[in-house]
Amino acid sequence: MNKTVLDFWVGLFVIAGIGALLFLALKVGSMSTVNSSDSYEVIADFQNIGGLKPRAPVKSAGVVVGRVADIRFDNEKYEAAVTLRLDKRYAFPKDTSAAIMTSGLLGEQYVGLEAGGDSQKLKDKDRILITQDAVVLENLIGQFLYGKAQEGAPK
Amino acid sequence: MQNDILVEIEDAVFGYGARPVLKGINLTAKRGQVVAIMGSSGCGKTTLLRLIGGQIKAGQGTVRVAGESLGELDRAGLYRVRRKMGMLFQFGALFTDMSVFDNVAFQLREHTDLPENVIRDLVLMKLHAVGLRGAAHLMPAELSGGMARRVALARAIALEPSLVMYDEPFAGLDPISLGVTGNLIRRLTDTLGLTSLVVTHDVQESLKIVDYVYFVSEGVIVAEGTAAEIRASGLPYVHQFVHGESDGPVPFHYPAPPYVDDLRLGVRSA
Amino acid sequence: MLKQAIENLGNHTIQGVWRIGFASRFFLSMLLHSGTAFRRFGLTIREMYFTGVLSLIIILVSGLFVGMVLGLQGYETLQRYGSESALGTLVALSLVRELGPVLAGLLFASRAGSAITAEIGLMKATEQLSAMEMMAVDPIARVVAPRFWAGVISMPLLAALFSAMGVLGGYLVGVKLIGVDEGTFWSQMQGAVDFEQDILNGVIKSVVFGIAVTTIALFEGYDAPPTAEGVSGATTRTVVTSSLVVLALDFILTAFMFRGLN
Repeated sequence: MNKTVLDFWVGLFVIAGIGALLFLALKVGSMSTVNSSDSYEVIADFQNIGGLKPRAPVKSAGVVVGRVADIRFDNEKYEAAVTLRLDKRYAFPKDTSAAIMTSGLLGEQYVGLEAGGDSQKLKDKDRILITQDAVVLENLIGQFLYGKAQEGAPK
Repeated sequence: MQNDILVEIEDAVFGYGARPVLKGINLTAKRGQVVAIMGSSGCGKTTLLRLIGGQIKAGQGTVRVAGESLGELDRAGLYRVRRKMGMLFQFGALFTDMSVFDNVAFQLREHTDLPENVIRDLVLMKLHAVGLRGAAHLMPAELSGGMARRVALARAIALEPSLVMYDEPFAGLDPISLGVTGNLIRRLTDTLGLTSLVVTHDVQESLKIVDYVYFVSEGVIVAEGTAAEIRASGLPYVHQFVHGESDGPVPFHYPAPPYVDDLRLGVRSA
Repeated sequence: MLKQAIENLGNHTIQGVWRIGFASRFFLSMLLHSGTAFRRFGLTIREMYFTGVLSLIIILVSGLFVGMVLGLQGYETLQRYGSESALGTLVALSLVRELGPVLAGLLFASRAGSAITAEIGLMKATEQLSAMEMMAVDPIARVVAPRFWAGVISMPLLAALFSAMGVLGGYLVGVKLIGVDEGTFWSQMQGAVDFEQDILNGVIKSVVFGIAVTTIALFEGYDAPPTAEGVSGATTRTVVTSSLVVLALDFILTAFMFRGLN
């Protein structure tokens, strides 16, 4: 095998391999959460986060504006403290509310933000005060059955 | 070190595990000589070559090549001494993934910084010396056994060594190749001022070209002398070997209990 | 009988320990003598042709088919729950995290690993390695190390190509054949596949597999008895051992990397 021909094939192989990596990185995956320099963090407390996981998307009006950076248990308030990392390009009013939603009936869970009307904006390390917990299916069913039972009870 | 002894072995002992192969060998080879080491198969001849090449180390005794004791050298020192050695393996051991030209050029490229055009000339000169300049572009798979061995010889002398070792250079060759190879060993030794160590059991062919012969049997030197002395030797072992008799000091039968006992004649049981 | 069995077990254990020791020494000396592989990179490039380029066809074709099967099977299962839209996620995640590195590793072991063992074993059997040593050239530096680095470089590239082809296969079946919405397919995939967590970890896996398979292949070849049976036995052992090691390492790495996620 001629040496230059061989080099050519190896070169082609390396280019194809790096191309495949780029394809995976850009087309198949998305780069990690916006890096810390282009983002700010806010914290929201929930009484129940359901099945929320780190890296779950944070959406507002259906648009992804950030990701869940961290979930920990606050041992003083007995609540879950969820750190949201939001893109710097999007600023939200101070009285923005956060809710844990589910995409579809069994889909993944995400944090939905609904903007309030305050003129002040959320800053790094601020807290979101108005939160709505995840809907727990068992509770929902329980409530529904309870309601039905009430209805059917003799007056 | 201006004396003319190139290889000197004193009381070398070597064994694989518990099995002794060499049990005290004394051997010297002078510059410019063709020295043959003969003996029956499995008597430790090849082991002896590996010892001189430094691939194995003697358990006891010393092996000196060009004045350097191989047992005391570290890896770098050993490699330095090996550059003065060439070795011809039994079936050539050519690198199968390189052409004949690249095989011969291998050491020049590895050990020197010569420009490619100089290497080309040197390689063609070595190939010319073994008569295979025209085969430079062939791959080893395309060569006959005799040609492969001549290429290996060209490769062994590429760096102009002072010692060339041959492991069974005559094994499996047709009569013409046999004569060619024998003559080549003699001629290269004389023209390049080499020392040649030939391990062989081909008595007739090697007695034509050698200066001195050592006979090895069961790990010791049993006889030595010039070609003429060996031919005339009265030692039973040498006589058996030189004349190729099937029975003698080297018995035809591997040691066994008496034949009659082994066959259980007379003890026939159900 | 029992005594014999215990003796055999003991012998095998001692042999095993001895081989592991020798293999470790071999690995270390290979790393120490890697200078040549980089100083004369032409040697490594040459070996990359044999390990990488010649494995391309089998990797590309297998990747495409595995992706197509994933698309088909994934759709079958997902549509029962009405979540066909997650097909892209399923195909991409299974390929990038697991199937890409593991299957590429297994194919690499049987295509390139066996070839390396056979080549080195044959070089040993025909005394080429001894000849090299007698020419004051270290076979570990000249023959073994370039093959090692060629394998280590080739393997992640092959795994990436396998995954990319697989995603393409899944796309062809899912979108073009079955008719899953193209936009959903890609956007769901991008939403779920993270560069650092998934793709980079997959690359790390494939590098580890490359190191393991190439080392086993080189060692088996170098350690093979210098006979025809010895070389063929070593070639078989390379494929069996390195396949098992790839799967075992995959479990260990997965446990490390994805613990706590999902």
